[in-house]
Amino acid sequence: MSLEGLIEPFHYAFMQRAFVAALAVGLLCSTMGTYVVLRKLSFIGDGIAHASFAGIVIAYLRGANFYIGAAVVAVVTAVGIGFVSRRGRISIDTTIGVLFTGMFALGVYLMSQQRSYAIDLQSFLFGDILSVQPQDLWLILALSAVVAATVVVMFRGLLYTSFDPVVAQASGIAAPSYEYALLVMLALTIVVALQAVGIVLVAALLVTPAAAAYQLTSRFAPMMMLAAVFGAASTVGGLYLSYYVRASSGATIVLLATILFFVAIGAKYARRLTARLS
Amino acid sequence: MTAAPLTCAAGEAAVTRDLVVRYDDFVALTDATVTVHFGEALGIVGPNGSGKSTLLKTLAGLLTPSGGELCVLGASQPQKLLPGSIAYVPQIEAVDWTFPATVWDVVAMGRFSRLPFWRPFGAHDRTIVQSALDAVNMQSLATRHIAKLSGGQQQRVFVARAIAQEPRLLLLDEPTTGVDAATEEALRELVRKLVAGGMPVVMTTHDLDRVGEWFDRLLVLDRRVLAIGDPREVVESGAYAGIREHTHTHGHLRTDHDAHEAHAAHPELRR
Repeated sequence: MSLEGLIEPFHYAFMQRAFVAALAVGLLCSTMGTYVVLRKLSFIGDGIAHASFAGIVIAYLRGANFYIGAAVVAVVTAVGIGFVSRRGRISIDTTIGVLFTGMFALGVYLMSQQRSYAIDLQSFLFGDILSVQPQDLWLILALSAVVAATVVVMFRGLLYTSFDPVVAQASGIAAPSYEYALLVMLALTIVVALQAVGIVLVAALLVTPAAAAYQLTSRFAPMMMLAAVFGAASTVGGLYLSYYVRASSGATIVLLATILFFVAIGAKYARRLTARLS
Repeated sequence: MTAAPLTCAAGEAAVTRDLVVRYDDFVALTDATVTVHFGEALGIVGPNGSGKSTLLKTLAGLLTPSGGELCVLGASQPQKLLPGSIAYVPQIEAVDWTFPATVWDVVAMGRFSRLPFWRPFGAHDRTIVQSALDAVNMQSLATRHIAKLSGGQQQRVFVARAIAQEPRLLLLDEPTTGVDAATEEALRELVRKLVAGGMPVVMTTHDLDRVGEWFDRLLVLDRRVLAIGDPREVVESGAYAGIREHTHTHGHLRTDHDAHEAHAAHPELRR
């Protein structure tokens, strides 16, 4: 393929926007994913994503920006999860299993009542990064900046409470506040990622790059940086590949992330093997 | 309550008066009146479920008492103390040791409560982490991943993290359970050194044999204070041997009876 062919996707404005969005989503999801993997929040992420669908549909029916609808429902859901888990009377698994599938069903129900499917169900389930509008892009970048700044400011507290929340709390670090802040950041991250990979696949972007990084490093900050590299490589690379293979961008992104995960596992065992042989 | 609010007198690091702590309907600790002085190691013994950890966690501000009064380092609510004031060392099973962190990383966390986000982790902090590692003889393993440590080494890491915090009150939850003899001896020497420097230390243990070498005073707990005083005298008085036997023969019946008794004594706590 000629050089012209290789840079062809970048000629289109919608592709340029898609690449910027993909980069932001890849970096953001994998950074937050480090906490998701270490704190075992992947099911919560999945739950928030599904619940937010109700918000998307309601926002659409009322003619509002779907990001706003999704963000409101996602944040309320995240704070609700934090509250229920603090109380500890009902299992989190049960709460998510019941409530968030219910919210998702509500979204599908409301949408199916519409005479014409003016919004495409498939694009919400599996993402449609090519349709990112300029104002969407600004929102994605703004939310990404907010989450990234919060991670920087709360870095030590988030690290300590991820490893040992009880001792952190005894030392005077407000562990519950960090937990709530993390859940809200997770909710915003999911909303940002919805357009890129969709409700069904967003959990993969939260878990897979961080899980791949976890295989290769034994310290927190390197794990987060490596996860960000894997995440950005998956979203940007996946989008680029999808242009040539003419496949769904969301699916290609997640498949690429999955391949990177298995490469990371392979590298881990290869490293162990060479260490044993030498 | 008609009595004056509880305060810490000079030399007292922590005081409780008629403390009651409950988990929902279960009374874990009742009528506990205990004083801990600066420069004193207070040992707590008692059977499983006797409220040892509950008392520690209440002093740490991790549990809120449902009755009685508390004064920790001058505050009636430990949560309101300056960050870093209290160091709590849990049992090593409390965390996931596959977490991506080295020995150094975990001990460095002890500094976090002392550092606002805008202050970088500086040379001063590194010096303190280094000397905390030295204090538990772990300096040679600083770069090792925490999953690759023995139980005794993990316990040392936890204690080093607590020391790096530079606390004014040190709470240790069964640090000698499941550790090797060398670690136990190193921890005992460290505790005695800290106490000699004025640190108040409260520690739970299952090991009655060496309480005289570890502690200045010993508290026997069975969801209420059964005895407190000189460790050897308390052991010789048979206060602990008595509940051992009692627990063994009557088991749950006694526990239920105690719970009901506690409800009767504090009807206001009933739901």
